[in-house]
Amino acid sequence: MSESNAPAISKPVEYIQHHLTNWSVGVEHGEAVKIVDFNVFHVDVFLFSALLAGLFAFFAWKVGKNLNPDAPTGAQNVVETLVEFVNQQVKDIFPNADRLVGPLALTIFVWVLLMNSMDFLPVDLLPALAGGIASLFGADPHHVYLKVVPTTNLDTTFGLALSVFALILYYNIKSKGAVGYFTSFFFHPFSAENVVVKIILAPINFVMTLIEEVAKPISLGLRLFGNMFAGELLFLLIALLAFSVWAMPAQVALGSLWALFHLLVVPLQAFIFMLLTIVYLGLASQGGEHH
Amino acid sequence: MNVTATLIGQMIVFSILIWFIKGVLWEPMLKVLEDRKARIADGLAAAEKGKHEEELARQKALDELKKAKAEAAEIVAQAQKRAAEIVDEAKNAAVEEAGRVKVAAQADIEQEVSRARESLRSQVSALAIAGAEKILGREVDAKAHAKALDELAAQI
Repeated sequence: MSESNAPAISKPVEYIQHHLTNWSVGVEHGEAVKIVDFNVFHVDVFLFSALLAGLFAFFAWKVGKNLNPDAPTGAQNVVETLVEFVNQQVKDIFPNADRLVGPLALTIFVWVLLMNSMDFLPVDLLPALAGGIASLFGADPHHVYLKVVPTTNLDTTFGLALSVFALILYYNIKSKGAVGYFTSFFFHPFSAENVVVKIILAPINFVMTLIEEVAKPISLGLRLFGNMFAGELLFLLIALLAFSVWAMPAQVALGSLWALFHLLVVPLQAFIFMLLTIVYLGLASQGGEHH
Repeated sequence: MNVTATLIGQMIVFSILIWFIKGVLWEPMLKVLEDRKARIADGLAAAEKGKHEEELARQKALDELKKAKAEAAEIVAQAQKRAAEIVDEAKNAAVEEAGRVKVAAQADIEQEVSRARESLRSQVSALAIAGAEKILGREVDAKAHAKALDELAAQI
């Protein structure tokens, strides 16, 4: 363990960089990954998110199989509360939602909550474990990277956000028609009675609406990523306080405080992602009225 | 901080997860919740109906009781009336009977009187003669005074 602690004490920058590097395939060690590079695959991100998805799916299957209609107990009570809560949100925000929106919202909320909650594991626990296991097979633990929080990665947050964006497009086309959706770009947000003014406003409207639509998935993806990445980074910085025995109380105190604060951030971000998804889909399926 | 092929993987996992949760948890649970809601509503409605029916039955029972009481009172009144009638009838019959008995008794008495008068009449001449002989100190010929004796007898 002293081996894995060494960088934290002596080389803070290296320690943090090590923690912020993904376990990837398709990239050489030490090589920086480009902003967009579809030849690279982050194994840790996919592994942890898929594991958590599997956990949720297994739990859901377990509860769904043993549904007791009259006397719900234990897990069923918890899930019923959750399902009713999500369903109420969907009903309030998107009253004529079809049967896809509810499960979509529930999946987003629970899955994002689970992925965010990986932040509560001590920052060194799983990476050190992975390094230890890898060194058993003769690998250099310093070259073993593991990021355990999938939502601190743009792939995950944009995977969710782009899926939601695809659904936004689908609901827009479903409610307005492809042509109606496209023409709505020209008459919104500025509208005019005069034909000439209308023609002048059309390009401005087009650009504004385009930005508005594109901003939806980007803000969704970046908000979750930013919050979780910042949280993770702060945990790493607090972990650096282990440089001396005298700083340990400060590390414990700050770590606990930040974890408590993070208890608020983790479900809040999951909830916001779910809520905004419902809001966007609700807006998208509002009838083809032209502004 | 980059976008990689993992994005595609995450989208696939996300889609499968939504589909799985929808089929395995969301739909069955909503069905259970909706069924339960319906059952509770039905139960409450049935309880309300039961209460209403009980109220109706009690009302009906009260009505029946009232009707039975009225009938009983009517029957009693009729019985009393009938009893009075019977008493009246008996009284009338008794009075009639008494009248008849009286008439019969009077007839009997009259008969007795007339019989006594007849027998007296038949003996009056003999008595008169015997009386006259005692008064006169001699024999009286009944035949000579037959007319006077008959007149005397007729006066009785």
